[in-house]
Amino acid sequence: MKDRVAAQMTVNGVPCERAVEPRLLLSDFLRYELGLTGTHVGCEHGVCGACTVLLDGEAVRSCLMFAIQADGHEVTTVEGLAPDGGGAGSESLHPLQAAFREAHALQCGFCTPGILMTLVPFLRDHPSPNEREIREALSGNLCRCTGYQNIVAAVKLACDAPPPPPPSPSLRR
Amino acid sequence: MRRNEDARLLTGRALFVDDVQVEGMLHVAFLRSQHAHACLRTVDVAAARRRPGVVAVYTAADLGDYWRPGPLLVPPPPIAGLVFNACTQLPLARDKVRHVGEPIAMVVAESRYLAEDALDDVMVDAEPLAAVVDVEAALAPGAPLVHDHLPSNVAAHVVQRKGDYGRARAGAHATIRRRFRYDRGASAAIENRAVAAQWDPRAEELTVWDTTQAPIPIRNGLASLLGLLESQVRVIAPFVGGGFGPKIMMFYPEELLVPWAALRLGRPVKWTEDRQENFYATTQERGQVHDAELAIARDGKILGVRDVFLHDTGAYDPYGLTVPINSQCTLLGPYDVPTYESEFTAVFTNKTIVTPVRGAGRQHGVFVMERLLDFAAAELGIDRAEIRRRNLLRPEQFPHNHEIIFQDSAPLVYDSGDYAPALDEALRIIGYERFVRDEQPRLRAAGRHVGIGVVCYVEGTGIGPYEGARVTVEPSGRVRVATGVGTQGQGHFTAFAQIVAEVLGVDVERVHVITGDTREFHWGTGTFASRGAVVAGSACHAAALAVRERILDVASRHLEAAKQDLELADGHVRVRGAPDSAVSLGELALKANPLRGAVRPGTEPGLEATAYFGPARGSTANGVHAAIVEVDPETALVEVRRYVVVHDSGRVINPLLVDGQIQGGVAHGIGNAFYEQLVYDENGQLLNASFMDYLLPTATDVPPVETAHRETPSPLNPLGVKGVGEAGAIPTGAAFAQAVEDALSDYGVEITEIPLSPNRLFELITQAGRGGAGGRPKR
Repeated sequence: MKDRVAAQMTVNGVPCERAVEPRLLLSDFLRYELGLTGTHVGCEHGVCGACTVLLDGEAVRSCLMFAIQADGHEVTTVEGLAPDGGGAGSESLHPLQAAFREAHALQCGFCTPGILMTLVPFLRDHPSPNEREIREALSGNLCRCTGYQNIVAAVKLACDAPPPPPPSPSLRR
Repeated sequence: MRRNEDARLLTGRALFVDDVQVEGMLHVAFLRSQHAHACLRTVDVAAARRRPGVVAVYTAADLGDYWRPGPLLVPPPPIAGLVFNACTQLPLARDKVRHVGEPIAMVVAESRYLAEDALDDVMVDAEPLAAVVDVEAALAPGAPLVHDHLPSNVAAHVVQRKGDYGRARAGAHATIRRRFRYDRGASAAIENRAVAAQWDPRAEELTVWDTTQAPIPIRNGLASLLGLLESQVRVIAPFVGGGFGPKIMMFYPEELLVPWAALRLGRPVKWTEDRQENFYATTQERGQVHDAELAIARDGKILGVRDVFLHDTGAYDPYGLTVPINSQCTLLGPYDVPTYESEFTAVFTNKTIVTPVRGAGRQHGVFVMERLLDFAAAELGIDRAEIRRRNLLRPEQFPHNHEIIFQDSAPLVYDSGDYAPALDEALRIIGYERFVRDEQPRLRAAGRHVGIGVVCYVEGTGIGPYEGARVTVEPSGRVRVATGVGTQGQGHFTAFAQIVAEVLGVDVERVHVITGDTREFHWGTGTFASRGAVVAGSACHAAALAVRERILDVASRHLEAAKQDLELADGHVRVRGAPDSAVSLGELALKANPLRGAVRPGTEPGLEATAYFGPARGSTANGVHAAIVEVDPETALVEVRRYVVVHDSGRVINPLLVDGQIQGGVAHGIGNAFYEQLVYDENGQLLNASFMDYLLPTATDVPPVETAHRETPSPLNPLGVKGVGEAGAIPTGAAFAQAVEDALSDYGVEITEIPLSPNRLFELITQAGRGGAGGRPKR
């Protein structure tokens, strides 16, 4: 068994300490050591963005970091977004989560946690982005289901910007 | 409308297979072939077995009687003269490996990290053989054989005919003939495959969590293979992170071996695919080469089509002929084609197995037909939209029998459709006339290369055999719906709830849908062929109607009123015009399940019913895609400026979900057209097996899609619905090719292939310009 080292960090506001192998990925640490399985793993090479979490408030790919690199830092996962932690049966959502639900911005939902965690710091820094900025912010996250259109719409909704007129209003219900 | 499933997905509470963690769980890694084609001499796992943390290592030899080729999942349809050589996948390779990524050994260890460490300890002695890569070379005399017991690499040969094409051709004004290449790619669901299994020795029950689109057939097959009762095996397909086809490929080696190992070791076992494995080991779609000819009259009417094509089926063909038969049948599109002669040869190659990926071969057929019409239009001097309009089937021609056999073994008969208005609507939305008359000439004069594409398609959807559903009103008044199909993001938790809610007069949020758990429902087949809403939706509807009858029976006795005087609304039953009489469904559910006293003979307890639905044949959806693109001939970059989809999938249950399916499908189609290609070298090595090199379209690549729905109900199910899951992805390549070709019309570029990467398009521009001045416009 490899030598273990201590990793101490705050995850979703809760301090935690574990002895881990130095090679343990942060994504695996969150998922299997802490049971925070809302952080998903889609490619393990930093492209798909599904594993995105916040490290001291900034979006990082947890599959490209070792758990011990988060030592002494503050980590936020999708489970930490909703006000009451999104506990069982909870319907209380972060405004961005609520906008995703309103705009049908998710289908299978596998990429969604990473997209939410990418957008949270983006919207903090760009409170009223235009469509091009939104799409660029999303361009590091892959979604195979939605074609991104409703994700863009959800971001606009979350910004409280008036939603764009649909392309052909008379044809929309 | 909000989806019922979203709160769970958005907060990270939804269970995906890799989230399953059980005390004492072991983890699996597979040693996979690095060769596309090789003789396996020895596989030495002794060192791997000695590594600390490793619990077991298995090779083909260790599987004993459990080693056997997988089942043939889709037997070929009854077509006269059909040749089909079934060679199904193996749990672990023995004697020979036939594609890169084929599993050779299975390591079970205390962690995935340790299991992967142990892969390095396995010594494989393999003698590489020449690989069969190109489908045409595969058929050349003396080509190496993928399966040594067969005389050639032919997996199948199928000819289907309608009318006398030769005669039609003899009377044609013109014949248009081209060679087309259409390549598809990976499904690339963001969730890779995963299987977890746990044997409970006390309950004597095996639980399997599987990212499958077909949990019930998996349960039945595993029970049979493992010698258990079907009721002892529970297969759960929880939330699945995208399916797109390959997750319906059943009895993947990993799917067979993980439950087997859990039983054998008496410990829970899990395997999760990584992205690189997904590129090698998850089935994919790839290329076809078509030599096609269109016989056409002077007025642009189609007289007939002849098409001969090769289909790359990969190293094994467990999924039968679904993909090439879809290509063969979907080529006919929405058109009146009096004669048709179609012949295909499916070819074994040393590549990953081909099974349906969203569209399932329909793309290839649509591309061939739409391109032939474009070339015919140019030759005859007829407008591209007009030549299509002249050939569309008219409403009075339905049901329309194409006189050939479809993938579901039934004749290819279109149930209903109203095609010309869909074309007109697409032309109107995109402003076709104005674009061609004013905008395009103006932009061209300004030196810009803009083009428009308009293509039509049909999609055979909602095929049988059947699905079922059980609807239960609980004492709380909430309604439970259990159905067998799995769900991969389509919104079944909401669409099925809507269907039931409407029949029972309850809020959609009060209907709790359970899918993909064989303990909840164990009859049915799965989610494929755009059939969830059509087949399972109809079963939900039938079960809800039966429950409604029971509700009315109980309420009629309770309220002492005739059934016809009762109405269901807001979760209550009341006598019409007497609001005070309202009794809640929950109260009636309690009354229907008495704890004491006597019931009438024949009374069944509760407000519950199970119903099944099997359509006579599939329903045919249709639509039109129209695109405006701009091409920069210097860089060969293409920008999609507008993308319009007019779609008719019969009655729409939920327009939000239908739009979502179309938007996602178009994105997948744009990937297919311009970004995605599985590139194999001459040794059968996949050169771009990562998301760094295999490009999925991102948010900056996919345009907004403008959608409009038309609703021509299907007569084949009580809801009048048709499927929509694949439509967005089907004609995208054809629309893209036509628009790009139009944009580059002054270069004389002819596009007969998809995908068109920027590099490939640049080559085509350069080649076309070579006759002139090195890539400069001809005119």
